[in-house]
Amino acid sequence: MSKKRIYVGGEWLIGSTDPADVFTPEDFSKEHEMIYETTMDFVRNEIMPQMERIESKDFEFSREIHRKAGELGLLGTDVPEEYGGMGLDKVSTTAVGDAMGRAGSYAVTHAAHTGIGTLPLVYFGNEEQKKALLPKLASGEWVGAYCLTEAGAGSDALSGVTRAMLSKDGKHYLLNGEKMFITNAGFADLFCVYAKVDDEHFTGFIVPADTEGVSTGAEEKKMGGHGSSTRPVILEDAKVPVKNVLFEVGKGHKIAFNVLNLGRWKLGASCTGGAKQCVSEAVKYAVGRTQFNKPISSFGVIQNKLATMTVRAYISDSIQYRLAGLFDDKLDTLDGHAKKEGMENAKAIEEYAVECSISKIYGSETLDYCVDEWVQILGGYGYCSEYPAERSYRDARINRIWEGTNEINRMLIPGTLLKRALQGRLDLLGAAGKLTQELVGFSPLGVELPDTPLAVQEQMVAQCKKIGLMTAGVAVQKFQQKLIDEQEVLELIADLAIEIFAMESGLLRAQKQLDKNGEEGAKYHIAAVKVYVDDTVPKIEKWAKQLLAYVEQGDTLRTQLAAVKKLARYQPIDAISLKREIAERAIELEAYPLFF
Amino acid sequence: MNIVVLCKQVPDTESKIKLLDDQSGFAEADIKWVLNPYDEFAVEEALKLREAGKAEKVIAVAAGPKRAEDALITALAMGADEAVLVEDDLFNWAEAYQVAQALAAALKEVDFQLIICGKQAVDDDSAAVPGMLAELTNIGQMTVVSKMELNDDTVTGWRDVEGGAQEVLEGKLPLIVTANRGLNEPRYASLPGIMKAKRKPFKRVGLADIGLSSLEPKTKVVGWSLPEPRAEGKMFEGNSDDLPQRVSEVVKLLVDEAKVL
Repeated sequence: MSKKRIYVGGEWLIGSTDPADVFTPEDFSKEHEMIYETTMDFVRNEIMPQMERIESKDFEFSREIHRKAGELGLLGTDVPEEYGGMGLDKVSTTAVGDAMGRAGSYAVTHAAHTGIGTLPLVYFGNEEQKKALLPKLASGEWVGAYCLTEAGAGSDALSGVTRAMLSKDGKHYLLNGEKMFITNAGFADLFCVYAKVDDEHFTGFIVPADTEGVSTGAEEKKMGGHGSSTRPVILEDAKVPVKNVLFEVGKGHKIAFNVLNLGRWKLGASCTGGAKQCVSEAVKYAVGRTQFNKPISSFGVIQNKLATMTVRAYISDSIQYRLAGLFDDKLDTLDGHAKKEGMENAKAIEEYAVECSISKIYGSETLDYCVDEWVQILGGYGYCSEYPAERSYRDARINRIWEGTNEINRMLIPGTLLKRALQGRLDLLGAAGKLTQELVGFSPLGVELPDTPLAVQEQMVAQCKKIGLMTAGVAVQKFQQKLIDEQEVLELIADLAIEIFAMESGLLRAQKQLDKNGEEGAKYHIAAVKVYVDDTVPKIEKWAKQLLAYVEQGDTLRTQLAAVKKLARYQPIDAISLKREIAERAIELEAYPLFF
Repeated sequence: MNIVVLCKQVPDTESKIKLLDDQSGFAEADIKWVLNPYDEFAVEEALKLREAGKAEKVIAVAAGPKRAEDALITALAMGADEAVLVEDDLFNWAEAYQVAQALAAALKEVDFQLIICGKQAVDDDSAAVPGMLAELTNIGQMTVVSKMELNDDTVTGWRDVEGGAQEVLEGKLPLIVTANRGLNEPRYASLPGIMKAKRKPFKRVGLADIGLSSLEPKTKVVGWSLPEPRAEGKMFEGNSDDLPQRVSEVVKLLVDEAKVL
C-alpha cells in the first residue's frame, strides 16, 4: 500500500483532503468487523439482559462482566502486547468503544477503565510500572480509575489543592486531599492521582486502592449511570512510594492533558455508538406502534425525526472514524523505537487535539439529540422506565459535562488553533491573507460546477471554510491577545470549526463511497450529506454574521457581511424528499441504515 | 486425532428476507451472513475436546461461494486450527446433495476421525447434509446430541427424545455427530483469536481440484414465497359481568374460525 499523506491537525480548515486518504467505517478490515461484532455480541448477550442487575449497583457483578471483557481482549486494544494487551490500531479501539456505547452503565466503567484509567500508564509509565500494572488492567483482574477533579477544581483542573509531601527518609510521598466524582471509585484497584508536590509541582501518582490512608466516600446519587460507581476518593497521609511517581515530578499536566485528548476521542466514539442505537430502537418501535390504524413510522413527522437522527449519527460516525484514521496514519510514521515510546505516541496523538475536542462535543451532542427524539417517538412509554429510552436519556446527559465540559472544549478549539498558527505549525494567517485578496471581486456565480452528485456540497464546504477563516481572522485582528477574554466570540469560532469539520467528514465519506460504489451504491450516503449541508450552511452564515456584528461596525461591517452573504449563497435543495428516502430505508431495515 | 467441523454460512435470523421480483430467490444485498448457530456448537465442542487433550487439530470445512470464507474465519477466530473451503458460485443456491458430494470429495484429502456439525442449518432447515455425507463417506452418524463424550475409539452421545427422556448412544469412530442446542455455550471470537485467525492455514479448493466436474442436484427449488403476514389480533372487550358470554364466544371462534381446537 502506498503511504498515505499525513495531514497536520487543523489542516482541514485551510486545505482540502483527498477522500481516498480518509478512513471510513466502510473501510473496516475483516478483523475490524469481527472486533465490532464480538463487542456487539458481548453487549447484547452479557450486558443488555442484565441491565437491571447492573443498575442496582451490584458492583461484584460489574467486576465479573469486566473480567469477562478482559478475557475477550476488550480492555487491551491500546495496551502493547508486551504488557498483556494487543496493541491494536485506533480503528479497533474506536470499534470497541462504538459497540460498547450501547452498554449503559458498564460503558461508563469500561470507558473510564480503558481510557483515563489505563492510558496514563501506557503513555507515561516507566518500564517497571508498565510491567507490573498493565497486565492486570488489560486482563480485567484490576479496575482502574482516574483522580483529577476536586470540589474546587473542575474545569480549572490544575487548580487542585491535593498535596504531596516527600517523607523525611525520601522514600514516600504523603498525599493529602479529596478528589471528587471519581468514576469506578467504589470498586477500583488502582487510582491515577494528581497532587502538587510542595504545593507547587503538579504531579501524577500511581496509587493502589489498598494503600494506607486511601479511602472512598459515599456513592453520589446521580441522574444517570446508576450502575457505575462515582465517589470521592479521600487521601489522608496516603503513603505512596517514590517509585510510584508517574512520569516526572511537575509534569502531571502533560499526562492529564494528553490523556484527556484520548479520553475525548474515545468518548465521542462511545456516544456515537449510543446514538446509532437510539436510531435503531426508535425505528423498531415506530414500525411496531400503530395509531390511527397505521404504524407511526408511516407519518411524516416521525420519518423526519428518524431521518434527522440518522443523518446526525452518520456525520458523527464519519468524524470518529476519520479521527481514528488520522491517528493510525500518524502513528504509522513512528519508527520501531519511537513506536514503543509512550511519550512519542502521546505526542503523535496531541497533533489532533482540536479534532479530539470536536469528536467529544459532536458525539455527546449527537447522542443527546438522538436520545431525546427516541423518548419523544415513544411518547408516554418513553417517559416510563419500563422502556430503555428513559434510562438512556438520563445516562446520556453526563457526556456533555465530563472529559472537559463542551464549553471548555469549545474554548480549547480556537485557542489551540491560534497557538499552532503562532508556532508556525498551521498556516492560518497565510491562508487568511490569501483569502482577503481572493474575496476582492469574488463572485460564486461565475464558478462552473462539475456535474457530479456532490459538487454543490463540495463547493459549499469550501465556501464555509472561507467564511470561518475570514470571520476568525477579523476577530483575531480586532482583539489580538485579548481574544481569550471574548468567550462568546471564541464559542462562535468553535461552532464554525466544528460544523466545518463535521460537514467535511460526512462529505469525504460519501465521496469515497461514491467513488467506490457509484451513485446508486452510495445513494443514502449522498442523501445524508445533502441533508446535512442544507441544514448547516444557513447556521454557518448566521454565526459568522453574529460574530461580525459584534466585532465591526459601519462600512467595514457592511462589506464583511456582504462577503459572508456571497460566500454562503446557496439554493436550498428538496431536503424533505431526501429525508423521507433515508427514513424509509431505516424502516425497511428496522435499524440505523448507514453502517457497512 | 483430528476433528473436522462443518461450517455453513447462513443469513442472520435478524436479517430481513426480501424475495427477488421473479421469485427465483431472495435479495442478498441487505443480508448479514453469519456462521450457522448450530455449527457454533460443533466448533465449541471440538475446541473443548482439543483443550482436553483428546484431539490434536480442529479443521473447519465448508462448501460455499467466496463469501463463505467468513464463516470459516469465524471458526478460526474462535480457535479452530485450519480451514478448507470448497469454493464455487454454484453453492449460492446449492441443495443438500450437492453440498454433501463436495464435502465428501474434499474430506478425502483430510486426515480426521470425527466430524461434528450442527444438526441443521437455520436457513433451509433441511438437516440433510450430515446423513448424506455419512452415506457418501461410509461412516456412521449420531444425530442431535445435546451431550457427548469422546473415548478412545468411540463416542457416547445423549439425545433428548419425546417426553423429556434421554437416549444414550454409542458409536464407533470414524463418526459424524450432529449438535443440538444445549451441547455447550459457544465462546465468543476473542480479540486475540480474531487477530490470530488470518495467520492460520486456509486452503481453498475448486471443484476440479477435488476431482469433481459437476454436481447434479437431487432436488430442485421450484419457487419461493414469504409467509402470509400475521392477521391482526382480536380484542374481546367487556367487564366481569359478561365474562362467561365472552369466553364462549372466544371458544366458538377458536373452533369454527381458527380451527385450533
